[in-house]
Amino acid sequence: MTARSQTAGRLPLLQAAYVVARRDFTAILFSRAFIFFLLGPLFPVVVMVLAGGVGAQVQQGSGIANVGLAMSAEDNHAMITARDALAKRLGPAVPPMSELRSVASDETFDAAATLQESEGQLAAVVTGTPAAPHLTATEGSIGRWQGIVGMIAAQAEGQSLDYPAVATSTVASSAAARNSARIHTAQGAQVLLFLLIMLLASMVLSNLVEEKGNKIIEVLAAAIPMDAVFLGKLFAMLAISVVGILVWGSTAGIVLTAGGVSLADIAMPGVGWPMFIVLFALYFAMGYLLLGAIFLTIGSQAKTVREVQTLSMPATMLQILVFFLASLTVTNSGGWIDFAGRAFPLSSPFVMVARAAMDESLWPHVVALAWQALCVAVFVRVGARMFRKRVMKSGPQGAKKGVERRRGPAGFVRGLFSKGSAATR
Amino acid sequence: MDMATGDFSPREGTSAPMAIEAHNLIKRFDGTTAVDGVDLAIPTGAIYGILGPNGAGKTTTLRMLLGIIDPDEGERIVLGASNPQDVARYIGYLPEERGLYPAMKAYEAIAFMGALRGLPLQQGREKARELLENHGLGHAVDRQIRQLSKGMAQTVQLLGTLVHEPKLVVLDEPFSGLDAINQGKLEVLIRGLADKGTTVIFSTHVISHAERLCEGIAIIAGGKVPFAGRVDEARDRIPAQVRLETRRREGGWLSALPQDARRVGDFWTFALPETGVEPLLKALIEGEAGILSFSIERAGLHDAFVAIAGEVAAKDMVAGEPGDEA
Repeated sequence: MTARSQTAGRLPLLQAAYVVARRDFTAILFSRAFIFFLLGPLFPVVVMVLAGGVGAQVQQGSGIANVGLAMSAEDNHAMITARDALAKRLGPAVPPMSELRSVASDETFDAAATLQESEGQLAAVVTGTPAAPHLTATEGSIGRWQGIVGMIAAQAEGQSLDYPAVATSTVASSAAARNSARIHTAQGAQVLLFLLIMLLASMVLSNLVEEKGNKIIEVLAAAIPMDAVFLGKLFAMLAISVVGILVWGSTAGIVLTAGGVSLADIAMPGVGWPMFIVLFALYFAMGYLLLGAIFLTIGSQAKTVREVQTLSMPATMLQILVFFLASLTVTNSGGWIDFAGRAFPLSSPFVMVARAAMDESLWPHVVALAWQALCVAVFVRVGARMFRKRVMKSGPQGAKKGVERRRGPAGFVRGLFSKGSAATR
Repeated sequence: MDMATGDFSPREGTSAPMAIEAHNLIKRFDGTTAVDGVDLAIPTGAIYGILGPNGAGKTTTLRMLLGIIDPDEGERIVLGASNPQDVARYIGYLPEERGLYPAMKAYEAIAFMGALRGLPLQQGREKARELLENHGLGHAVDRQIRQLSKGMAQTVQLLGTLVHEPKLVVLDEPFSGLDAINQGKLEVLIRGLADKGTTVIFSTHVISHAERLCEGIAIIAGGKVPFAGRVDEARDRIPAQVRLETRRREGGWLSALPQDARRVGDFWTFALPETGVEPLLKALIEGEAGILSFSIERAGLHDAFVAIAGEVAAKDMVAGEPGDEA
């Protein structure tokens, strides 16, 4: 048979992968599981909102630390007036002050005992006079408030605290501000990428269990290369995720726009918004395909859904470790961690999406994407081989052999026809 | 017939090219030899049976022939290609462990299996509807697989195996799980395929199907092929059986019977003596046995199979080799 006719005798790899992907895509899209998949991101959002609400409530309950005054009535009043005047200029750095007690000149006040016994938000006590104030508090609070209490006391004493007027010129950005804002964009992109990939990973992990459970895997293996089965399954999930992202993105866009938020509120990425969105999509695809190929391989080694569930924990831990490594590189650009993060295939998409937010240059992305694509091909090939080797293996049942030997030739033949040995085929 | 390769010509006077040639196929799993030097030569257009007890190595052999797994040693040429996956479009395969996607509709399942073999989806859908109608499943076209009976689902998978009109059809234990009526229908279907020039290979451990359908068979036992050739030749491996009924139960004529003669009810049965029937008949007549009936019955394939497979088992046990794996 000529090479030409051989090629015509089988589906090309990508076409075969397309047949598998089309089946999977349709099956998932019209399943109930897809509804839950779409609702997936809603759960973390709800949890975050609830956690935020609880946190705010706790914060509200804990209140703001208060400084109590125990001076003469006039001094207390003068201190509070001075504090209010300074708060207008210095803002929240000035702690709230309230009168604890009016103390006569011949009277002593045990500030330490009051702080020990009091309940609520009392964090420090000022005694003495504005000319000679005495601050009683914990060590940390003293470090924080000593200077401010002195300023308030000086103001209360009537000393002039005239500050020169500072003229201002507003600029759109500074190097530090830009860098800081881009770090936030980079971190945000990494978190989003991580969440999206994590959402898909568990689905990929159990993707081949259906074929194994339904015994259809042998039909697939006989017709098309196992590489095509793997690729088809990965791309089907990728297509599903694109549908999901479109739905989630549209919903989020509507909600944020209604809330008055726009892209202009987020720092412009180094490569600009259009290129950043393209790179984000590419790194999402690569990150998903890389992790997906590994998870598909791990999942393919499992025989049952229970085994898949057991495997999902270490797989999730691996994802989190990769995310931590990538997170470290955001503020360690140029170091060995950064290089390791870019070179290690699983963390490379996370590191590079952060680079896209931080730097202007494009060529590193071309190199990174080529490297990641190569790794995808290798992972798929290795995974497919492992799967093919394991799934299509018939196994002997050694114990049976000895039993048959004791029966003699006739017993052996009879035994071979028994139902029990069918499983070994 | 070449016993070394199992080559035979199914139709006298023709020299059909081989659909499958396999030489010394060996497959080991975890150090255990599952298939141990299988040689096969199956002509194009033949109905060929792979016979063997459970666990003999039939499925492993078929998987190697289809390229699902690769042999550790040996080579196979399928439809002229050394890599069976290069000719996957021309092959239809029904595995022993049947499987379909439960949520798929019957016609979609068939079209999907065709698409895996290169049949355009739309064309596959049309052909699927047609095939289902022709096989009495017109009412189930739009039903999901999970809504079908086991027999119906099995038929759907068989039709999926054939929808792309393959040149070579490989069926692994196709009769298992089917009732007698559907087994009969399947036999008709297999004959119809062969009439159109399709090569059909099926494995079975139920000998009667092979005896009725096959022109050639290979017997696999213990991973080896002790016999490959025509069905007639397999039956000729054991001598014909004589069945004798006499009026007199005792007498001197008894000494004329061969040593292996056994009495079963009113009959004596024994292997046809190498000297032929004439000396025996003469002795019976002279000894006044009173012959009521005398018939020579050719051995059935089942007897031949048990004898051949048993020989291998006995040899394996003497040699201490694995004979029941894979």
